[in-house]
Amino acid sequence: MSSLTQEYITEQLQSKFGESIQSMEMLHDFLTITVEKNSLKPLMKFLHDDETLNFHFLTTLCGLHFPDEAAQFGIMYQLHNMPANCRIRIKSFTNDSEPVFETMSDIWPAANWQERETHDFYGFRFHGHPDMRRILNMDSLVGWPMRKEFPLEDPFRGDKDDKMFGR
Amino acid sequence: MNTNKEILQEKEYTILNLGPTHPATHGIFQNVMKMDGELIVEAQPTIGYIHRAFEKLAERRPYNQITPITDRLNYCSSPINNMGWHMTVEKLVGIEIPKRVQYLRVIIMELARIADHIICNSVIGVDSGAMTGFLYVFQWREFIYEIYEELCGARLTTNIGRIGGLERDFTPLAWEKIHKLLNEFPEGLKEFENLLVRNRIFMDRTINCGPITAERALEYGFTGPNLRAAGVDYDVRVMNPYSGYEDFTFEIPLGTNGDTYDRFMVREQEMWQSLSIIRQAVEKLEKMEDKTTFHADVPNFFLPEKEDVYNTMEGLIYHFKIVMGETEMPKGEVYHAVEGGNGELGFYLVSDGGRTPYRLHFRRPCFIYYQAYPEMVKGAFLSDAILTMSSMNVIAGELDA
Repeated sequence: MSSLTQEYITEQLQSKFGESIQSMEMLHDFLTITVEKNSLKPLMKFLHDDETLNFHFLTTLCGLHFPDEAAQFGIMYQLHNMPANCRIRIKSFTNDSEPVFETMSDIWPAANWQERETHDFYGFRFHGHPDMRRILNMDSLVGWPMRKEFPLEDPFRGDKDDKMFGR
Repeated sequence: MNTNKEILQEKEYTILNLGPTHPATHGIFQNVMKMDGELIVEAQPTIGYIHRAFEKLAERRPYNQITPITDRLNYCSSPINNMGWHMTVEKLVGIEIPKRVQYLRVIIMELARIADHIICNSVIGVDSGAMTGFLYVFQWREFIYEIYEELCGARLTTNIGRIGGLERDFTPLAWEKIHKLLNEFPEGLKEFENLLVRNRIFMDRTINCGPITAERALEYGFTGPNLRAAGVDYDVRVMNPYSGYEDFTFEIPLGTNGDTYDRFMVREQEMWQSLSIIRQAVEKLEKMEDKTTFHADVPNFFLPEKEDVYNTMEGLIYHFKIVMGETEMPKGEVYHAVEGGNGELGFYLVSDGGRTPYRLHFRRPCFIYYQAYPEMVKGAFLSDAILTMSSMNVIAGELDA
């Protein structure tokens, strides 16, 4: 399917960022790599700049929130090497309550609005981002709507609490 | 025309507010433009006017209730969004879809692509001053909506199909209408093309209007016809085939300049390809022995016939389990992408085993590529900015989610 093998990618990343890689696994058809927050930017830059890896296309990025985990906030990037038709997913987590990530908008301009969206939803800040404002919600909104503690509706309704959704 | 003239800084500029509601923006977008006479010095887009928090809503809705949310993303091609979502869940659960259902879905998705491109291309015509073509082809969009109506009962926000297949089989009337479309639409489309493709005024207005290079388009995350107009042959249907697209023969039309004319032509050619795909699908289905299957055998996800619910124990149990959300969902995360009307529409789904997604992120193509708009219209005339916007096929519902 793709000429860029999973073994090659994992080998390359292990040799460069061995210590800071927390996990590498195949989830369905996606190689998913979890990396320490401090190495996130260098790793992304390496994936982009390396001639063989050549992950030149940023497909999507989004924030994640797992309030029950120690490192509750996370961010997910999906990259695509189109000539080799190879996709990869990078994740990074932090326990900081006001997380600051490095911006990727200098590598991929496509990240600009998506990082603003993530900021808007989760309150993450992106260091070095040219225009860190809310994008979809109004400026006067208090709180970060995609965080799990932000209520979607009246929080006292008994018919809409977590046990109704199998949790 | 984008003249890319050098703009002197000492001038006095006018600030022009284009939108949020403006007849020429086809949706609720605001652009605050700094104008030097008729030239655009700077554009500052504001989006989010119809933000409805879909990603948050999806965290509180069982899987089958999320389909209507996806309708309202790119509402010009709702069926593609619906199918994309069903396939995402099917990928998570591991449901194998029978070939017949896959081909039926392909027919629906290609109909949606034609309906989407009809709107976008005819609106480019309108914005360059040619109303006639728009009125001609809109009758065909209307006809495609009649087909949707026959397939699912709805026209615009279709909620078509179910997890595991389709809600009902194609009716004889639906087949009749599909055949009518295959036979008569080419003539209408040809007529539309004759009005615009080699029209001197249209060409002068659109060639070199809002161009973007392939490199820049890739950096900005362009996908779909806009990227192909710039000359990159990326199409999800070929790169990561889904729903049986690997069984079809079709071409990926490409442009070279990435300008409005190329985007128009790419869409125009794609409609011919879509017609050919539908034709192939109809042929394949006619050759197939199976003439009745319209869903996979997954009683945990696909509602049983009402008759079974009333008369059999299993039917009642499955019905109850689906409606009350008692179905076991596997844990895990998946990403599934489909080639939407305007680009790669992706669904990133994280499941923790609950009845609702733990996290659902939509990769909305026009949200990502609309960022390039200020760069594309810089130094261009205002009237070209309008054309550029309509040729990018930015759909407010998808932009704002």
